Amino acid sequence: MGIDTSFLWALVIIFGIMMYVVMDGFDLGVGLLFFFMKSETDRDVMMNTVAPVWDGNETWLILGGAGLFAAFPLAYAVVLSALYLPIMFMLMGLIFRGVAFEFRFKASAEKKHVWDKAFIGGSLVATFFQGVVLGAFIRGIPVVDRAYAGGPLDWLTPFALFCGLALIVTYLLLGCTWLMMKTEGQLQWHMYRLGRPLVWVLLLVIAIVSLWTPLAQDDIAERWFSLPNLLLFLPVPVLVLYFSYRLLKAIDRYSTYSPFLLTLAIVFLGYSGLGISLWPNIIPPHISIWEAASPPQSQGFALVGALFIVPIIMAYTAWSYYVFRGKVTAGDGYHH
Amino acid sequence: MSGLEPLDLARVQFAFTVSFHIIFPAITIGLASFLAVLEGLWLKTGKELYRDLYHFWLKIFAVNFGMGVVSGLVMSYQFGTNWSVFSEFAGSVTGPLLAYEVLTAFFLEAGFLGVMLFGWNRVGPGLHFFATLMVAIGTLISTFWILASNSWMHTPQGHEIVDGRIIPVDWLAVIFNPSFPYRLLHMATAAFLATAFFVGASAAWHLLRGNDNPAIRKMLSMAMWMALLVAPVQMLIGDFHGLNTLKYQPAKIAAIEGHWDNSSGGPTPLILFGMPDMQSEQTRYTVEIPYLGSLILRHSLSEPIPALKDFPPEDRPYSPLVFWSFRLMVGLGLVMIACGVWSALLRRKGALYSSRPFLHVLQWMGPSGVLAILAGWFTTEVGRQPWVVYGVMRTSEAVSKHGVAQMSLTLVLFVLIYFVVFGIGLVYMLHLVRKGPVLSEGREVSIGGPGHLRTPARPLSAADENIRAEQKDQLSERN
Ligand code: HDD
Ligand code: HEM
Ligand code: HEM
Repeated sequence: MGIDTSFLWALVIIFGIMMYVVMDGFDLGVGLLFFFMKSETDRDVMMNTVAPVWDGNETWLILGGAGLFAAFPLAYAVVLSALYLPIMFMLMGLIFRGVAFEFRFKASAEKKHVWDKAFIGGSLVATFFQGVVLGAFIRGIPVVDRAYAGGPLDWLTPFALFCGLALIVTYLLLGCTWLMMKTEGQLQWHMYRLGRPLVWVLLLVIAIVSLWTPLAQDDIAERWFSLPNLLLFLPVPVLVLYFSYRLLKAIDRYSTYSPFLLTLAIVFLGYSGLGISLWPNIIPPHISIWEAASPPQSQGFALVGALFIVPIIMAYTAWSYYVFRGKVTAGDGYHH
Repeated sequence: MSGLEPLDLARVQFAFTVSFHIIFPAITIGLASFLAVLEGLWLKTGKELYRDLYHFWLKIFAVNFGMGVVSGLVMSYQFGTNWSVFSEFAGSVTGPLLAYEVLTAFFLEAGFLGVMLFGWNRVGPGLHFFATLMVAIGTLISTFWILASNSWMHTPQGHEIVDGRIIPVDWLAVIFNPSFPYRLLHMATAAFLATAFFVGASAAWHLLRGNDNPAIRKMLSMAMWMALLVAPVQMLIGDFHGLNTLKYQPAKIAAIEGHWDNSSGGPTPLILFGMPDMQSEQTRYTVEIPYLGSLILRHSLSEPIPALKDFPPEDRPYSPLVFWSFRLMVGLGLVMIACGVWSALLRRKGALYSSRPFLHVLQWMGPSGVLAILAGWFTTEVGRQPWVVYGVMRTSEAVSKHGVAQMSLTLVLFVLIYFVVFGIGLVYMLHLVRKGPVLSEGREVSIGGPGHLRTPARPLSAADENIRAEQKDQLSERN
């Protein structure tokens, strides 16, 4: 039949995770920024900027899980059991956060701070462990006889923990530039002040991760540093530097939209760099998407549904962002 | 054999999380259809009480739906985290079916749910009704897929095993496996009944407190019609379901019946109550009715039903649990039928809304549907043991190789988090119920608030009540 369904499914899942990182990224970031902003009015405004969209953002995560199960059951089984604890912690963080989000609006004034803490805590736990999952995943997962062959705490490496911190910084910057775009006045000014140091920290973090990965893993080093690959991939780090420069300038100019868009571009580049390091492996370092694939009749069957429904979800998502465009101020009670 | 093994912990964890999950979808499925009926009646008759009821139940629906999503998120990862060997082995069948469940759910959430929850003043009545209908149908399609997956694990067919992995060869055979039609009908009906008793109990609560209005009466009346007509149908479906199980999973039936020995060859009695004992291979303290077991399951006065000793000990499900969970479910089903009949008698006498004994009983029947659903699932799932895919893969082979320490840690955390989070959610739902329907809701276009331009289109925000900090005051008011 000639259609490589594994390839198509890999694209769907990569796209889904990308959507997830970008979109849940900024709203988790807003949760993290709660920590820096103490006033209830500011917090109300911050929450209102993401309120209309956040739970649509999380649906991409569910889709990623189910898609992986359907198309690459081996990867679903091995990765999820290898990273059991960090994934469980991430899910628990997300539950807490999801509910805190809703109940904060419904809580009485004296209970509100409890939900604020739940919101910060949930965002922090979810973000950190997402980063840990990512780091442990990059480091590779030992597989013997189609099953995970490591111990329960193998994920607990300095590299993975560092990736947890790195993701916190990334989401902070996404949240911060999102708020530059969506708020005004005092709150927005705070974000501009926070933005500059955050960009520098992020650059540092990216640099460390980019060096640490190839240093620790020869195959990744080889992929990046052999010719002609080096020339082909060189635009990625160069563009990261260029966009960061533009980002700093944009923050200096107090631009409204460009800081967020530039941050998105940087995240996207980081994500592509990751893709370059790992492709076509779905369980690093050795198992490719084709080896982990479910049979064509399973992939094909589920693909029909995915290709039909994902575009509809995207159209709806775009529409809801359009409806909720523009600044949010303290007077704009989404909730009364 | 002392202490809990990782396998037991994985089972307990799965059972705990899915039991919480199923409560919310069951009410979602039932309320979605109830709302569609209410809106249809409102459009047809133009009677305001239908619209008031619609708005009242819509909020409860929204909160409930939100809880279903959060608890479902965990479920969609549990197969990989806890049952990785199973996922790898059978994922090419169960994975796509699960993916369809999730995709259907998204499809719903992506469009129609938003219109249903927030579009009352934004789109025309016809389109709004259409959205409600689609949501109702969507929840049933979700049920269709997840139950296809689950039923296939009970009565697998349409697949081959190649290189130690399951390969689907005929999707139609996989989906329409022998136990699927019964399970789908039984579960969908269970969801309707559970919702009917939830709605009916809410009405009874209000009537008992003197909060009497036409909307509340209508609520009670609709719920009781449902009980009268559908509870007996559920018994019938359950009977057929049981016959089907007898054919494909005889050991489960033997365990449900607590029946051990067929060496005498005579007809099997029906054991009403007793204590099955796996060690001594007998059921103690039985209260039994001769012949009835054979009569129900074989429609014969001589042919025995399967007995547990026909199966080697390692293939026997744990009888004490399924024996009792099954009786709890059937018992609740019988009480539901009785409630339906009682309501019909009261209706003829014109005392449906005033008979205090009836209202008291009904109020306590509120959680009966959910309880019966949980009991039913425990019967089905525990009765499938020791198999995860019946006759193909044992549960003990399916489990991820985690240590006791990490499994215990996550289990404890799940229990804590679920009780806090979903406990608050349930309290909030009950608070909404207690408020009762508000007359003329949705007639005027209010300014701002959920449902207007630039307000959040998320399920939970359709309910804009505060969580009561004043609950204490309310209590003291009552004293
Ligand atoms: C799609 C599949 C699926 C669905 C819809 C359900 N289950 Fe299930 N259940 C499983 C798939 C499964 C499973 C993964 O196959 C388990 C894990 C171990 C096993 O044998 O079956 C299981 C085990 C399992 C056990 C433990 C049985 C034992 O080990 O003794 C209980 C108590 C339940 N389930 C309860 C439920 C409830 C209350 C459900 C209501 C929604 C439910 N299950 C739906
Ligand atoms: C282990 C089994 C199950 C898994 C993995 C699972 C997974 C999920 C997920 C991920 C969601 C949230 C989807 C969303 O974002 O809206 C969900 C919701 C839902 N589930 Fe389940 N579920 C399971 C069992 C069941 C069962 C047994 C039923 C009913 C018979 C059911 C019916 C529903 C319904 C009706 C909803 C909410 C409405 C919807 O979103 O369509 N689920 N489930
Ligand atoms: C009144 C007579 C009833 C009978 C004879 C009956 C019969 C059965 C049987 C035999 C099973 C096990 C199926 C299997 O082998 O897997 C079952 C499961 C189940 N029952 Fe019932 N049932 C009755 C009432 C109810 C009621 C009132 C409810 C809920 C409102 C309910 C909800 C369920 C559920 C959720 C399951 C598990 C899912 C399934 O396998 O369908 N049942 N029932």
